[in-house]
Amino acid sequence: MTHLHDPSRPRVRRQRVLALSSREQIETRWDTLGIRAAHRCVRGPETGMAMLRGRMGGTGRAFNLGEMTLTRASVVLDDEAPTAGALGHGWVRGRDHRHAELIALVDACAQHEAWARRIDSELIAPLEEALELSRALAAREAAATRVDFFTLVRGE
Amino acid sequence: MYVAVKGGELAIANAHRLLADRRRGDREQAELEVDQIQGQLRLAVDRVMSEASLYDSELAALAIKQASGDMIEAVFLLRAYRTTLPRLAVSEPLDTGTMRIERRISATYKDIPGGQVLGPTYDYTHRLLDFLLLAEGETPAAEPGEQPLAPCPQILELLDAEGLIERERDDGSEPADITRDPPDYPVDRAARLQMLARGDEGYLLALGYSTQRGYGRNHPFAGEIRLGQVEVEIFVEEWGEAVCVGEVALSECQMINQFGGSREAAPQFTRGYGLAFGHNERKTLAMALVDRALRAEELGEEVQGPAQQAEFVLAHADNVEASGFVSHLKLPHYVDFQSELELLRRLRREYENRMHDKEEDAPTEDSL
Repeated sequence: MTHLHDPSRPRVRRQRVLALSSREQIETRWDTLGIRAAHRCVRGPETGMAMLRGRMGGTGRAFNLGEMTLTRASVVLDDEAPTAGALGHGWVRGRDHRHAELIALVDACAQHEAWARRIDSELIAPLEEALELSRALAAREAAATRVDFFTLVRGE
Repeated sequence: MYVAVKGGELAIANAHRLLADRRRGDREQAELEVDQIQGQLRLAVDRVMSEASLYDSELAALAIKQASGDMIEAVFLLRAYRTTLPRLAVSEPLDTGTMRIERRISATYKDIPGGQVLGPTYDYTHRLLDFLLLAEGETPAAEPGEQPLAPCPQILELLDAEGLIERERDDGSEPADITRDPPDYPVDRAARLQMLARGDEGYLLALGYSTQRGYGRNHPFAGEIRLGQVEVEIFVEEWGEAVCVGEVALSECQMINQFGGSREAAPQFTRGYGLAFGHNERKTLAMALVDRALRAEELGEEVQGPAQQAEFVLAHADNVEASGFVSHLKLPHYVDFQSELELLRRLRREYENRMHDKEEDAPTEDSL
């Protein structure tokens, strides 16, 4: 398994960026990337729920706020793949099976060192950049509604 | 006598067909699409997600369409769907301090880090019908500011250097879950907040309002209200750490209320808390008022108003349960009613007999 590298942070970053990007964005870039790895699902894709917890007053004891739909998938790369047997996982809010499967597939492929470099630079980095751009625009739209207080000078 | 009867299958089938026809409306008009509801009736969608206690905007929009806009019916549909799904995970507690702010205001501190950000609000609109929306026109895009938004930290903890406001601390306890263990009164604050979060907005609004009118007064100030997106993390066993699985929109209200204190503790402002899915500001204000009212006992206050009576408030807050029990009155009660009729007839016979006996016993003119 020397060709597999498994530092945990890049996995967490990939999972986050892929879960926050739209499935269409991922599919377009993934197709361009051209990594082809036959795989099969070993768990799911299946849709269920995650119970979301809040905190009293934002910082205090946890409480159960309510649930959201969540889809998960786990895939294994088939024998012909350079990282045969690599197991990948993916989770995403909502009910999109293909989205969860893609995240799991990317996770599995990224266990191949050379692929991981390409995935991080040609898939994850641009998606992250697009995410930051759209977030920055939303933040500027909110910022435009910020109140500038001024004091009226009344007579002496 | 009552004889069991069956029937109505055809009537029911035709009633459903009629309902579908009326829901569709005039065929000359384009059919309303679910993604239009999802995109353009966002606050209705958010309310349905909140009260159904399931965050899924597409399904909430579908429920609204299916229910012809009847919000309580839509909540019922989504709540029923919820029961078909397995629970795959429990999230890490959402950190509203890291929220991507769309709106954030404070009614208690004017100058706050990040500022007063009005966001997409109906406040300050004149509540005049906008006839331009009747005409087909292009809506201009939002105007982005030149500067990005400055960080907006949670201000209650930040600005209260003197410790005049009660602090909320995590003691690491596992919260009750009313979807797994039905509430056994009295319930703790975690269970109360879970029930309020899915409670009917109109009901909570009325109860919150009642505290302001004097039925359990607690002198509230809106310390901070925020609306925006928060990332959801779940802990993954395989990786030994929490991963982000997406974002949810949340509304949050931090209410500051009048003093608690005791012989041992100095007087302090106390707090009420409201948190809800989506853009649901009024709901969170009402929830925070009621949360604070329900802390009466804990804070040594006399329970005077309906909003302070936990079992009364919580047992009637869920509109799926409430509408279910009220609506069951529409089901056939032929046998029940028949037995009531029998009883009433017997009572009347007894009454008539009594009256008859009285007449016979009464002295007649002759006997005088």
